Amino acid sequence: MSDDAVSPEEVRHVAELARVDLADDEVDQFTRQFADILEYFETLDEVPEVDRDADLTNVMRPDEKRDSLDRTEALRNASETEDGYFKGPNVS
Amino acid sequence: MSANIFITEEEIDGDDDGPLAGTTVAIKDNISTEGVRTTCGSRMLEEYVPPYDATVVSRLKEAGATIVGKANMDEFGMGTTNETSYFGPTDNPAAPGRVPGGSSGGSAAAVAAGEADVALGTDTGGSIRCPAAFCGVVGIKPTYGLVSRYGLVAYGNSLEQIGPFGETVEDAAELLDAIAGSDERDATTHPEGDDSSYADAATGEVDGLSIGVPTELLEGADEGVVETFWDAIADLEEQGAEYHEVSLPSVEHAVEAYYVIAMSEASSNLARFDGVRYGHDADVEGNWNETFSQARKEGFGDEVKRRILLGTYALSAGYHDKYYKKAQDARAWVKQDFDEALSEADVLASPTMPVPPFELGESLDDPLQMYLADANTVPVNLADLPAISVPAGETDGLPVGLQLIGPAFGEEQLIRAGSAIDR
Repeated sequence: MSDDAVSPEEVRHVAELARVDLADDEVDQFTRQFADILEYFETLDEVPEVDRDADLTNVMRPDEKRDSLDRTEALRNASETEDGYFKGPNVS
Repeated sequence: MSANIFITEEEIDGDDDGPLAGTTVAIKDNISTEGVRTTCGSRMLEEYVPPYDATVVSRLKEAGATIVGKANMDEFGMGTTNETSYFGPTDNPAAPGRVPGGSSGGSAAAVAAGEADVALGTDTGGSIRCPAAFCGVVGIKPTYGLVSRYGLVAYGNSLEQIGPFGETVEDAAELLDAIAGSDERDATTHPEGDDSSYADAATGEVDGLSIGVPTELLEGADEGVVETFWDAIADLEEQGAEYHEVSLPSVEHAVEAYYVIAMSEASSNLARFDGVRYGHDADVEGNWNETFSQARKEGFGDEVKRRILLGTYALSAGYHDKYYKKAQDARAWVKQDFDEALSEADVLASPTMPVPPFELGESLDDPLQMYLADANTVPVNLADLPAISVPAGETDGLPVGLQLIGPAFGEEQLIRAGSAIDR
């Protein structure tokens, strides 16, 4: 295990950033697994810098009005709606 | 009989005539079907019913195919064994008691069991080729941009492609003909496949074909798998092909690069699942962040959480240069290596999977070991190239797949060479 292996606090912090609640046993399990996986990812340090020649072209279409999903269809999977809008929890 | 191949069985008839009239197709459950539940193998989308068809589904209906069900899969395409599905694992029809391979395991199993003539899967790091190899069927990972991803629930956009399974190379090629080509709804698609006739390329003609064998992709593989692989190469030699060894030093780093990129893209793609507009609703009191975090805790399985968190970590301040930027360097290096090897060979060949199918339940506890099993397939996705997995024989009664890799939009060559193996 490398010196800078992740701590349980770091796993909790990342989980908070990612908005995924974790149970305590999940934190323990992920802390152990992340140590192994991140140590393995560190072998990327051996990769030389490589020039990337991105051969890309933009794909554009005219900005014209077209049909889209109707409101009922767009809302059909939502658990709560109000007056034709999605209804979510309070932001704070 | 309960191999758990389908998450939803539903017959959807296509148009009356068309090149695929009378053909039954299984569709991986991360490809949207209008009015039919599309779960991605996740509790998060257990009740989700898309209001529109993916482009590939519209094209299958126009081609006259009959859709017979939505096939089981690793949750959001994340897994090598099909065991991370919320709906339980699929049993391998070609090797009962063993995994069908992931993440398109249900699609491959549907073809292997005769539940569908052909099937669609998706391949982000090998998810078509792995189950094709484990189930003894043919699977094609098309060149990036050949097939529209519109209506595919995204996991790793820069890597993934939809592709076909068939019992024979010709069957799979016929399905590829139906779905390939540009789509104004997916700006990454390419006109190369617009008037394709891949099925006609399945002639089995390999006289003069030059095959490069990357030595790195044989190292560490199971002995029986390697033996079966060389038998298949010898068979191609007898039909007039020749082989030489090539070296791809960059592939030693492909697995790390692949997982860093795929997890980073996954952490961003899966941020959309908050249970508000669709998806699992946690039904708790609290503010946005609290209910959002709770919905994701309940809705996602272990492997998905693991990848979201590792991806978030790799992209977070202070680590971006260490992981993500380095992974992009490795990706460019892999592309260069493949370009060079393919300038001196028509196709490259390797075992698809370094091991025969695992026993069900054998390997879930060690994610790193599972990731390493993808060593031969992930370099292809990093390089945006096409590849095909064709049954090459068996070791101890278990299926072994041979992988052929070609240059970008070299599908015809792969199909021609692949069809020489499966006859």
